[in-house]
Amino acid sequence: MSVNSIGDYSFDSRDKLENFHGAMLVFIQWEQHLVYCAPFAFPLPPDMLLGDVMKNIVLPAYAYHPDSEKATLEDFEKGQWLLDNKPLQADFTKSLAENGVKHQSILRVTIPGLDGLVGQGSAA
Amino acid sequence: MAITRSKPKMGIKERYASMTRDLGWETSYQPMDKVFPYDKFEGIKIHDWDAWVDPFRLTMDAYWKYQSEKERKLYAVIDSFAQNNGQMGITDARYLNAIKLFITGVSPLEYAAHRGFAFAGRHFRGVGMRVASQMQSIDELRHAQTQLHAMSHYNKFFGGMHSSHLMYDRVWYLSVPKSYFDDAMTAGPFEFLTAISFSFEYVLTNLLFVPFMSGAAHNGDMATVTFGFSAQSDESRHMTLGIEIIKFMLEQDEANLPIVQRWIDKWFWRGYRLLALVSMMMDYMLPKRVMSWREAWEIYFEEAGTALFEDLSRYGLKMPKYYEVANWEKDHLSHQVWSTFYNYAGATAFHTWMPNDNEMEWLRDKYPDSFEKHYQPRFEHFIKEQKKGNRFFNNTLPMLCQTCQIPFIFTEPGDPTTTCFRETHYKGNRYNFCSDGCKDIFEQEPEKYIQAWLPVYQIYQGNCGGKEIEDVLRWYNFNLGEDNGEYLDSPDYDLWTQWKESQSRAV
Amino acid sequence: MSRNVSITLLNNEDARPVVQAIEKDNPACIINHLPSLVKVDMAGALRINRQTVEEILGREWNVQDIHLCLVSLSGEVEEEDDFFELSWK
Ligand SMILES: [Fe+2]
Ligand SMILES: [Fe+2]
Repeated sequence: MSVNSIGDYSFDSRDKLENFHGAMLVFIQWEQHLVYCAPFAFPLPPDMLLGDVMKNIVLPAYAYHPDSEKATLEDFEKGQWLLDNKPLQADFTKSLAENGVKHQSILRVTIPGLDGLVGQGSAA
Repeated sequence: MAITRSKPKMGIKERYASMTRDLGWETSYQPMDKVFPYDKFEGIKIHDWDAWVDPFRLTMDAYWKYQSEKERKLYAVIDSFAQNNGQMGITDARYLNAIKLFITGVSPLEYAAHRGFAFAGRHFRGVGMRVASQMQSIDELRHAQTQLHAMSHYNKFFGGMHSSHLMYDRVWYLSVPKSYFDDAMTAGPFEFLTAISFSFEYVLTNLLFVPFMSGAAHNGDMATVTFGFSAQSDESRHMTLGIEIIKFMLEQDEANLPIVQRWIDKWFWRGYRLLALVSMMMDYMLPKRVMSWREAWEIYFEEAGTALFEDLSRYGLKMPKYYEVANWEKDHLSHQVWSTFYNYAGATAFHTWMPNDNEMEWLRDKYPDSFEKHYQPRFEHFIKEQKKGNRFFNNTLPMLCQTCQIPFIFTEPGDPTTTCFRETHYKGNRYNFCSDGCKDIFEQEPEKYIQAWLPVYQIYQGNCGGKEIEDVLRWYNFNLGEDNGEYLDSPDYDLWTQWKESQSRAV
Repeated sequence: MSRNVSITLLNNEDARPVVQAIEKDNPACIINHLPSLVKVDMAGALRINRQTVEEILGREWNVQDIHLCLVSLSGEVEEEDDFFELSWK
């Protein structure tokens, strides 16, 4: 269904890829760690290595969470990944694009055994 | 005792008819369709505009009489509040953060409502609806003005209240109310009234005004109480306009039902998402609490809303879609929202803090099924770190919902540990949503929501004053270190502590 | 029909005689006091009679004066010269 309007009604997406100056919007969440209230949004170059994204951008962003001291970069790589709701075999030596990440994609990662402040079920 | 009464020349019905309905006419120099070009394109079919019912038979002369009486009372209170240093009589300066959120997030909506009803008051061809909309347009302007007047007194002493309209246009969390109202104002007049008069004023507004103004009374804020109730006394008329417009559309033509149902589904969900801000005001920002969000939801939506929709079922209308999700969320909403504003306190024009021991106990008591298990551990961690001098500030920007523009803070219905994600594709682009409700709204009118001005992504596109968070906050016109941050580290807190100390010395 | 209608009034001098009149003419109503508000619930229908309010006040009272103290309502409104009624159809 389209918009009921009094005239012609068609517009560009305000968040189209071209508006991000060579980057794309990527959303990343460490599941169950809801001390951080929401997934992060980052503008990232598609050719940036997933490992660099995690090491230089995502892990520092999660530094306040006590679990972040317990998790190494390898733990994250071996974690359970979802890319846009489908399981992903994350390869940190490959770029975001090579891992299948697109503009407005959502990456979610779980590390078994690290489920927040008081363990299972509280999501903190 | 018998009261001798001078008999009025005309009864209430007659007076109303001659001073309202008789003001309209069938145009002859120009066709009606050209004079009223906007009341057909939405697809609503009206056969008899005169069938519109006005339960409150208020004429313009009576309107001015009552409104001026209300204004006189209101300004008398505001004056004496200022003269008597009423700001020192509130329970605690934390309370004023609710006022800051109100002046930046609600008062601009009053002004937007003034504009929206001015449009509706011009463009319905039925004169009864025009007059009701015109009165409401004037009411809403009065609300915006009296709120600014009443709160201007606090602005002399406290941060965060100095640039409400600029902030409304720019600040990330204020895009939630702004986009809500802009969505309504860019629809036609029938959808506008369904959105604002029915879904907001009739179904949801009690959740905003009644607990909030009672909260103000409970916390010694007489200025707000008075403007709140002065505004609220107009609200019954507004609510009635809301229910009558629904009945009118449904009685005029059966073909209107699916359109009206779709609008009600949409505007219930949009309004409910907007009220997320109110839930946290009630449960966290009032030092003395009136009732919990959960209790208010049960009284004003589950009870009153169910009675309303049972009544409307005779027209074939159903409860708004996803109301069950809202009912489920009542145990979680305020905690998830407060947690969010605690995270992003560096970027808000009001302060946040962690609840004290008594407040934690109140929360456990009011939310036995959710608070202790899911939210208390989070908050205890924040408190522990804050005591060590490590107050949490989340400095990474969040992902936003394409429709309601709220960060992705909501969890899957039935599972408060897993963030809820929904998505759709339109013309080769992907769009993300916080809920099924928001996704459905987008899918009905994708061309409208792909234009959404989503604050985080606008920052990343370079449209908000600069690259660094500080640049953006300056563009928001924040006084850094005064308007934003932790309450206990704020100038508000220092000033309040000084006042209280000098008061106790004087005693 | 037993669905509740409800009216919320300010807790002030304008509203006090109205609340008393409601209590008198609708004995089954339930009155809830909130800070600065009075919320009256009633199964089915609730009626405010001009005459009762005038008897309590000892002077003339116009049904539309209710606009000075009305905060909220639930139910369909019927406003006449002599009464104000809320009901569900
Ligand atoms: Fe208003
Ligand atoms: Fe949403």
